[in-house]
Amino acid sequence: MKKLSKLLGVSILSVGCLLSLPAKAQEVELPSTINWTIPFGVGGGTDVWARFVAPHLTKNLPGNPTVVIKNQPGGGSITGTNLFFQRAKSNGEDILGTSASTLYPFMLGDKRVRYNFDKWIPLLASPTGGVVYVQPDLGVSSADDIKKLDGVTLPFGSQSPTGLELPVFLAFEMLGLDIKPVFGMKSRGEGRLAFERGEAKIDFQTSSAYLSSALDLVNNQKAVPLFSLGILNNQGKIVRDPAFADLPTFEEVYFKKFGKQPEGLEYTAYKKFLAAGFAFQKVIFIPADTPSDIINAYQMSIRKMLKDPAFIQDSEVQVGPYENIVGIDAAQYLSEAITVSPELYTWISSWLKSKFDYTL
Amino acid sequence: MIEFLSALDQILSITHLTYLIAGVLVGLVVGIIPGLGGIAGMSLLLPFLYGMEPSVGLGMLMGLVAVIPTGDTFTSVLMGIPGSSSSQATVMDGFPLAKKGQAARALSAAFLSSMIGGVVGAIVLSVFILVARPVVLAFSSAELFMLTLLGLSVVAALSGGNVYKGLAACGFGLLIGAIGGAPATGEFRFTMDIDYLYDGIPLVVVGLGIFALPEIISLLVKNSAIASSPNKLGHGLRQGFKDVFANLPLVGKSSIFGSLIGAIPGLGGSVVDWMTYSFAINSSKDSSQFGKGDIRGVIAPESANNACASGSMIPTILFGVPGSGAAAVFLGGMLLLGIQPGVSMISTHLDLTYTIIWSLALANILGALFCICFTRPISLLTYIKFSVLTPIILTLILFAAYQATRSLGDFIFLGVVAALGVMMKGANWPRPAFLIGFVLSSGAENYFFQSIQFYGYEWFLRPGVIAIAALIIVGFVLPPILKRRKQKMKPEPLAQDKEQNSMANTVSWTDWGIIAVMGGSATYALINIWDASTLTKAFPIIAITIVLFSIVMIVSKYIREKHTKVSSDLAMNMVYIVGFFAIAYGYYLFGFISTTFVFSFLFLKYLAKASYVQSTAIAIGLVVFLVTMGRVMNVDFPEGLFDPYLLSTIKSFI
Repeated sequence: MKKLSKLLGVSILSVGCLLSLPAKAQEVELPSTINWTIPFGVGGGTDVWARFVAPHLTKNLPGNPTVVIKNQPGGGSITGTNLFFQRAKSNGEDILGTSASTLYPFMLGDKRVRYNFDKWIPLLASPTGGVVYVQPDLGVSSADDIKKLDGVTLPFGSQSPTGLELPVFLAFEMLGLDIKPVFGMKSRGEGRLAFERGEAKIDFQTSSAYLSSALDLVNNQKAVPLFSLGILNNQGKIVRDPAFADLPTFEEVYFKKFGKQPEGLEYTAYKKFLAAGFAFQKVIFIPADTPSDIINAYQMSIRKMLKDPAFIQDSEVQVGPYENIVGIDAAQYLSEAITVSPELYTWISSWLKSKFDYTL
Repeated sequence: MIEFLSALDQILSITHLTYLIAGVLVGLVVGIIPGLGGIAGMSLLLPFLYGMEPSVGLGMLMGLVAVIPTGDTFTSVLMGIPGSSSSQATVMDGFPLAKKGQAARALSAAFLSSMIGGVVGAIVLSVFILVARPVVLAFSSAELFMLTLLGLSVVAALSGGNVYKGLAACGFGLLIGAIGGAPATGEFRFTMDIDYLYDGIPLVVVGLGIFALPEIISLLVKNSAIASSPNKLGHGLRQGFKDVFANLPLVGKSSIFGSLIGAIPGLGGSVVDWMTYSFAINSSKDSSQFGKGDIRGVIAPESANNACASGSMIPTILFGVPGSGAAAVFLGGMLLLGIQPGVSMISTHLDLTYTIIWSLALANILGALFCICFTRPISLLTYIKFSVLTPIILTLILFAAYQATRSLGDFIFLGVVAALGVMMKGANWPRPAFLIGFVLSSGAENYFFQSIQFYGYEWFLRPGVIAIAALIIVGFVLPPILKRRKQKMKPEPLAQDKEQNSMANTVSWTDWGIIAVMGGSATYALINIWDASTLTKAFPIIAITIVLFSIVMIVSKYIREKHTKVSSDLAMNMVYIVGFFAIAYGYYLFGFISTTFVFSFLFLKYLAKASYVQSTAIAIGLVVFLVTMGRVMNVDFPEGLFDPYLLSTIKSFI
């Protein structure tokens, strides 16, 4: 199918060149169909995000190409991303949408990963935040009471040691909380269900899930929010999340409890995985050897899209009040975020082993 | 109440009805074509969905999701291919009925049961959703574990005369299901460094391999029509309806059971059909015809699977946790329409919830009516000589398997599982037991560890756990035992029992082959897993123990009691399995569409001895079907060497 539309595209292009040379100089011709690979199943977070962005892309790209979403689930997004790495055409026809679970295995040296990010350019990165909350029966009414949690065992429904919860585990440990991870939750939603059943004493949700599902619990006194993970500002500093401006960040809570700023390898690891998993929660990539005029056209259109009031309005609902990162900024921050030094890697590897008996 | 009626008013508007019917039609197509599932339907409806009025969009989505378990009955009954994971049990008796020439009867009974099941599910949903929240929350990991045990206990009823064969098959299913990431630690097991195995073998591939391919191969060996004995087709349709009305209590029980199981997130719809199937066996006085074409074996799972699809809306709408694959698609659609699941769906958005429920009921009725209209003409297919249908069915199976992960591994493991399936079919080992073990494997392991971690070892004292344990014993374990005892008490055993007894005491090389495969795999697995961490290896070791113990019991029985040796005539079947591998690789290497054309034509012309016109027509028909699927539903095929050229040629003709 791909080849078919490519052939079609090529023939249109060549006919177009012959007939109207002057017209071509004005605007870059994009393929009439763009295949957007989503390495996750239908209905999941990344899929819904892509399906929400797709019509806006169509609207803002030159020639209004059809954006077709190709779901290729498997291996927690590794399978589809590997395939994209092998097969994607660099004529602007193929783009990729990723999530934290695409970046983490790469950073942790998963042996199934056959992609690397040098060959791709990020076009757009959508950040997200996250909130940690606890059961009200623990007697905690805000992060100020965090000392009350000392010595209390807190079961936490989690997906896996190397998933999106990785930085959250690090934060818990730095705060000295006695977390008892219960793995095997198939989604963060299942983790929240365990919390609602009272099985889990502490839980964590990304911004949109917190707003849509956990806030109800908070308003009904069934959950107490402790802190947010905060967001990275332009200077790479972690500041309060605009979606939860009244909640302290992890750093503030840490300072309050210990009277100093968090530091050391553990905090470096936390910041790395926070940046990769949350600041770059969803990224659109394009193969780097795509002709530069096509990449430019994409970048221009995406900037245009970000200013489009219709997009902004939808984005508030679907993603939250976060600023998307585009252009060179995105590329630079991303490569910083996913580079793990050998020293840090050794530390994480031994931490996962000692904490979860998990071998990298 | 006002919301309830205003929602009815709403769905009866022309706009709403039009979109609902569109959704139903797409859902039927998606259901009829095996392996597609909601994904393909979603990509077809999505361009319309965006920016739609939420209630209309929800109606359309509901139409799609609700009728998938209705449409999938066609291939289950007519070809022995489970159209989706929720109609695997339908194959057990549906296909034998088709073989008896009663396809129309089986189908019409199935559609009517689906309709009733769906409507009952909608009624249960409309009442239950208002109070469901605490009930759903009462099902903790401990109760969910007990429910997986409830599912597993079904094996007792399904293993026919030989409990140890059933146990061995079930244990082997549990072991195969343990391939991939361990839920409690995230570590990978038994992957043998094959990327494909990291996610485990997909259910679609296992289902097709264990049921569909062995049936097809045995029909090919016989080379007759599917319907081997002619039947008065004229009575088929009406007979099916009569069967349903004669078994209304079964329909009712299965529907209510199905919708309640669907309402509990985590268990999924893929076992509810087996549960109700064994329920039908246990509750019937004469269960000798099950598996050979008993209409109750169609009615029970078909009532349950539509009801289950309705029930699975409860966790989806209330908690945003989808209970099944189709529900996940529906949830994605809800989010795209800008509707957030949660408590607000029964407070501020109650009208939307009732729109969903009314659409659900209406879609079930419409879907079943559409299907019933097509039943007569389509069931005539079973009278065609089977070899003519073979290329079509094989293409459908490969198509379905490839949709699982879109890699060569889908074909390879389909063949591997099919080899096991052929042996199990040949030596009369209970294949459903294997499948149930496979389906419930990850749930059983996951919920077991979760309940220990959340509650310690006191979890089995929870009232819910005790209640389900009682249900297991009363509902599933006792009936087969009592029944057997009753049969033994009878002074004069029926002729059938005698036959069964003599059947039970046979042994063939195929039996030894299965024992060798299972024993060998289990031993390999044991050595392989020995050094892993405790939480990673505990569950596989339980599965391995079940397999090895049952095998020892079977073998010792062979030694202790006298068994008649029967010859195994599987040589021909195995030739077909090898042939399957060759052909499947051809589909992958040369291109799916090109190979479909060439293979179908050659097979029909030279093996099935069809005419040139017939062969060409079927081959071209298949290509048109595949190209259309590719274009309309964005389905991918292996491109191989020739497909790109073929497609560009086709393009130049259009």
